[in-house]
Amino acid sequence: MYKYDQYDQAMVDTRVEEFRDQVRRRLEGHLPEEAFRPLRLMNGLYLQLHAYMLRVAVPYGTLNSAQMKVLGDIADKYDRGYGHFTTRQNIQYNWIKLEEAPDILADLARVEMHAFQTSGNCIRNTTSDQYAGAAADEVVDPRPYAELIRQWSTVHPEFNFLPRKFKMAVIASDTDRAAMRLHDIGIQIVKNEAGELGAAFYVGGGMGRTPMIAPCINAFVPIGQMITYSEACLRVYNRHGRRDNKYKARIKILIHELGKDEYTRQVEAEFAHLLTQNIEPPAEELERIKAFFADPPFETGITDELDRSDAAFARWADTNCLAHKQPGYIAVTISLKPVGGIPGDASADQIRLMGELARQYSFDELRVTHAQNIVLPHVRKADLYALWQILDANGLGTPNLDHIGDMIACPGLDYCSLANARSIPVAQKISERLAPREAEIGELKLKISGCINACGHHHAGHIGILGVDRKGVENYQLLLGGCEGADTSLGQITGPGFDEDGIVGAVEKATEVYLANKQGEERFLDTYRRIGMAPFKEALYG
Amino acid sequence: MAEVQYRFRDDEPVADPGVTVDSFGAQSNAAAVRLEPGDDARALLPHLERLRLVEVNFPVFGDGRGYSSARILREAGYAGELRAVGQVLVDQIALMRRCGFDSFAPDQPLEPADAEAAFARWADVYQPTTDGRAPVWAKRHPGAVNA
Amino acid sequence: MKILTGNDLKTGAVTWWDGVQWSLHVEDAVDVGDHADTILAREEAARRVNSAYAIDAVKDETGVRPAHIKDRIRALGPTVRPDLTLKPADPEAGNWVI
Repeated sequence: MYKYDQYDQAMVDTRVEEFRDQVRRRLEGHLPEEAFRPLRLMNGLYLQLHAYMLRVAVPYGTLNSAQMKVLGDIADKYDRGYGHFTTRQNIQYNWIKLEEAPDILADLARVEMHAFQTSGNCIRNTTSDQYAGAAADEVVDPRPYAELIRQWSTVHPEFNFLPRKFKMAVIASDTDRAAMRLHDIGIQIVKNEAGELGAAFYVGGGMGRTPMIAPCINAFVPIGQMITYSEACLRVYNRHGRRDNKYKARIKILIHELGKDEYTRQVEAEFAHLLTQNIEPPAEELERIKAFFADPPFETGITDELDRSDAAFARWADTNCLAHKQPGYIAVTISLKPVGGIPGDASADQIRLMGELARQYSFDELRVTHAQNIVLPHVRKADLYALWQILDANGLGTPNLDHIGDMIACPGLDYCSLANARSIPVAQKISERLAPREAEIGELKLKISGCINACGHHHAGHIGILGVDRKGVENYQLLLGGCEGADTSLGQITGPGFDEDGIVGAVEKATEVYLANKQGEERFLDTYRRIGMAPFKEALYG
Repeated sequence: MAEVQYRFRDDEPVADPGVTVDSFGAQSNAAAVRLEPGDDARALLPHLERLRLVEVNFPVFGDGRGYSSARILREAGYAGELRAVGQVLVDQIALMRRCGFDSFAPDQPLEPADAEAAFARWADVYQPTTDGRAPVWAKRHPGAVNA
Repeated sequence: MKILTGNDLKTGAVTWWDGVQWSLHVEDAVDVGDHADTILAREEAARRVNSAYAIDAVKDETGVRPAHIKDRIRALGPTVRPDLTLKPADPEAGNWVI
């Protein structure tokens, strides 16, 4: 994975000292909250329901064991012994003191980590495919391109005060595992007929109160112009995005109002101009970065078979592991969704343990997934049973990847000052109710948001749940038919909402309608797409 | 009008206040103009040779359009004074400097020690702008040019 | 009654105005009547509190109860982690929120 040089290290060290100075001025009364707020947000520090919350960036979701150790140690030293992995591949801590935040950033900087721009109206952490470098279907490893974007977007002088936040994702396979088209800019690295690499730009996607699927505005930007094209997209947005209404300030609204063609025309004009400015890093820089993402020293001639004699192990291996491009290896997803647990939470001990297991079994590499799980990308099949035994003994062996218990849930009203309803208790009840039937129900992606901002991706769930405030009482709307990935679709609301127990029953009914109508190998989503909303409505409200 | 607190150029300052973009087009002798966030900086490009001062107003510090206005003018070759006015705060001046601002007239004067620290803070930068500073990638690859 | 709540500037802890200073316990909150704005301006300026605001609450047999569920969760702690709330030994504490 990527290693900092003296320049990258100086950037994070400088940021720590800058923020330390800003915190000092805030505490001494020289910096009012109004001016301090965007600065702390751009260093990942929110003021949430119970305390400050710190969101640490995990660039394109890639981590090593030394970093996991520090993430676990931060949870113990500055927080309350746990962290929460997020849908943008980051980790956040819920009980942070402002006066200690600069020290935490300093601890992170020592292991080449930071909280740059994990909040604020700026370019956020760039996400990617959690199986990058392991997946058989990728054109190239997308992470060097994401690293190029990380550096370009870090303290970009023009784009720190955009109309609104700006999220980018980079993938390099047709199977989209990063919800690429639900980002402000989604980039797919592609190869043309001449064998040259380019970047397909999908701009203006997003969830929130106005969900939109990003249209492709340029199917092939030569790879040596990707940064320049990104800058053009951002400049048009910075100049013309709406600033009169924060709910209409995302780039998706600009593109919707201008029309895709007019936005594209403006971007192309700006791009033509910026090409004269020589702002693109040279090919040598991309090559330098790529070298860090070379394959680890895979062994050859090792066994490609699994000993499946332990049924519990076989079930976990079938559910949570993905075929690897290298014979003899497998990519392992560690579910952070134990039955009845808090989705995405991990204790300090679990965080350090997963790091240690990565060191032992996965060439010192881990990934955070947008579905709030952890991946060990390169595990020898011969080691899989031993690895599973350790995971299982530590509450990390839940066999539910992409099943109903593997739901995404935002922190909701238990932690978040924006939320209208609690998400986690609903997640826990559904998990407990339906986990016993997971094998029967099969693939089903459930996503729960505690408010319309959609951090829990409810629009993209096969089943989505949106928590709302109905006259001071928590109420939950049900959505069906959403999907991220190559066949992205947005879920439709079934009808009137439910109370907390009612929504659990409604989800169960929806799964029963599916099981009663399922044909052949259909997944829940396939059946829904075939039979439509009516049978579900009938069962829910009839 | 707020005093110019920092000025990074040696020529004689323009005494006149900037006129609005609309009246600038009509007044063929005006040498100073004031850009509001919603103004199109590119409207000034036909007149760069007679322009000696552009004031870019930040009515609120969170409106970042002025950063793009500044870069557009510098990228087009504007060499006159580019002045940030309005709610210009100490934690944004280094970014403004990178975008081409070379004078600062904040509504509220900046604390000198904080401002000097802010101007000097970032020894390295990841992006090239027209400020002439070598980005990190240029330091890593001396002599490399983008094809 | 009108009560005031905010977060401690340095630690972020949820606090409630008790008439003299900021308390960690909602049951200490006092009715500020028409004086909310004056107290908030003074306390924010003195940096004893951050992002404070006035809310409606009622006084009943259990003490002071904020009108909105969000502030009741702030008063107790996360309902899904009773061990991290202000009443870790009280298994019924979560019911007060709802």
